Amino acid sequence: MTWRYIKDRLMLILASALGLILVIPIVGMIWLVVSRALPALNFQLFTQVTVGTGGGLANAIVGTFYIVGLGLLIAAPLGIAAGVFLGEIAPTSRFSAMVRFTTDVLAGVPSIVIGYFGYVTMVLGLGWGFSTLAGAIALALIGIPYVVRSTEIALSKVPRGMREASMALGANLTTTVWRVSLRSAAPGVLTGVLLALSLAIGETAPLLYTAGWSSYMPSFALTHSPIGYLTYVVWTFINEPFASANALAYAAGFLLLVFIVLVNVIARSLIKRATVHS
Amino acid sequence: MIATPGRENFAERVRKGATGGRAGGALDALQSLFHRRVGDILLKVITGAIAGGALAAMLAILIFLLRDSWPSILYNGWHFVTTLTWNIGSLYSRTLSHHNGATAASGAAFGIVPFIVGTMLSSLIAVILAIPLAVALALLLVEYLPARIGDSLSFVVEMLAGVPSVVLGLWGIAVLIPWIGHDFGPFLSHWLGWIPFFKGPIGSGQGLLASGLILTVMITPIIAASTRDVLRQTPRETKDGALALGLTRWEVIRGVSLPWASSGIFGAVVLGLGRALGETMAVLMVSGSAANYLPQNIYSPIGTMAATIVSQLDSAMTDPTGMAVHALAEVALVLFLISVVVNVPARLLLSAAARRGGSEAQ
Repeated sequence: MTWRYIKDRLMLILASALGLILVIPIVGMIWLVVSRALPALNFQLFTQVTVGTGGGLANAIVGTFYIVGLGLLIAAPLGIAAGVFLGEIAPTSRFSAMVRFTTDVLAGVPSIVIGYFGYVTMVLGLGWGFSTLAGAIALALIGIPYVVRSTEIALSKVPRGMREASMALGANLTTTVWRVSLRSAAPGVLTGVLLALSLAIGETAPLLYTAGWSSYMPSFALTHSPIGYLTYVVWTFINEPFASANALAYAAGFLLLVFIVLVNVIARSLIKRATVHS
Repeated sequence: MIATPGRENFAERVRKGATGGRAGGALDALQSLFHRRVGDILLKVITGAIAGGALAAMLAILIFLLRDSWPSILYNGWHFVTTLTWNIGSLYSRTLSHHNGATAASGAAFGIVPFIVGTMLSSLIAVILAIPLAVALALLLVEYLPARIGDSLSFVVEMLAGVPSVVLGLWGIAVLIPWIGHDFGPFLSHWLGWIPFFKGPIGSGQGLLASGLILTVMITPIIAASTRDVLRQTPRETKDGALALGLTRWEVIRGVSLPWASSGIFGAVVLGLGRALGETMAVLMVSGSAANYLPQNIYSPIGTMAATIVSQLDSAMTDPTGMAVHALAEVALVLFLISVVVNVPARLLLSAAARRGGSEAQ
């Protein structure tokens, strides 16, 4: 064993040790949330709304799905369309390069800034007040860059020959994009949408400024009616001096983790499927 | 589609022809050609317009933030970024403060230096700690571990990047803060107290160190994931060649992978820095939300720009002159500009690294 080989071993040990350091807070966090949330998990969490600092989470759970679902409904078509333009219609144009770059920078804009922008334009400017739609649009703005990027990348992996074959058979661009490119890129596109979904579920700061908070069950009013969501419960109720409120905060955090793991696992299985197919 | 009259006539003629004319076949062909063309043009125009929406959104954010913070820009001038005091003024006073044509509550002054310093220092701590962790993690994933384990672990790292910041904040409040306050803080102060900023008092544990550590946990997976992508682009032949010459794994990493990936890794780090600068909730939960003074040591409570926008909203909305809210808009504007300044070079470096990888692979 020369010094070179000892050094090689040492570096492997060092890298593993550094990698393990990150495990401590992560495992600690999961353990904390799960152990504190389990006693608080019961049926009424899903049936009752928040009352004062206690009650259930029904309003927040429904509210989260409502805002996030609506946000996705906005983000997915817009993001996919922009991704199609970048990946399929004008991949090499100057305009596309500009859009690509702007989208990347937009992804890096802090979510609180997007939230404040929504507050100024929608909550105050359009007079919607704290509302579902304002929250959903803010979340859509945050999610769109990820959908655009994954759509473009998924499209770029579709073999050129498939497009040429489609065109040669007499299909026009629209048919080719719709029936050939997007269809074979579908798992990748969906992964991007799921990534945006998992980000949106965990967002707090932009919603504070756009969706507000309500302890009532969400109404179907899109504007002029604030709405509850899980991340708000985590943030506010952990600072209350009551055990019931803290338990609710941990329960909400636990549900958030469960939702996000679920979404990620689904996305992962989609990627696997896509790679098996191709 | 809003057709021009000429087009409508054409479509009408084609339709009539197709239903009855003797030259039906030819017109049929014409019609389908027309539809194909229109569909394609529509597709191009619509997707192009939506893609252009990204530029519009960016511009709109800038314009609206600028417009909303304009009174604050007038009232505070450069003092906004050069003074320490954030004071929304006396809301019960009969007099108002005027400056430069803008009106605020009596005695109001808005200086965000402590928030800028808090943001920079907490992010700096996070980046310094995250670089070795993230690079080690990426090296494990790409170079050391067998592909199978590396893949599964990659998935875990990506999922960690998606842990909601409020949930991490729960851990910060329940575990990190007491640990810093009771154990880690006294330990650091005892052993490293001779370094200026490490000497106590330690306080509750809320503050700069807690913010820096929680940001480290947040950005390490992000930097690691991007670094992994860059490392994967390292040309296989060069690495294999180096190994075949008898170099050890570490020497290959040191001599081939890291130099090759360095600019991309730098981009990944700056990307993580951008995330740290803008992180709101986790920092808000552990920072102690301080204002008006600079941190005295690494245990001092701090406020960051992003956290302040949330923590000050309620009190700002009580200001009848509206100036406090305008000042918050200016905080958002400054944060936006900083995030753009940080993200632009990061993205340029990362896309250059990706291009290099693509061209070498061909």
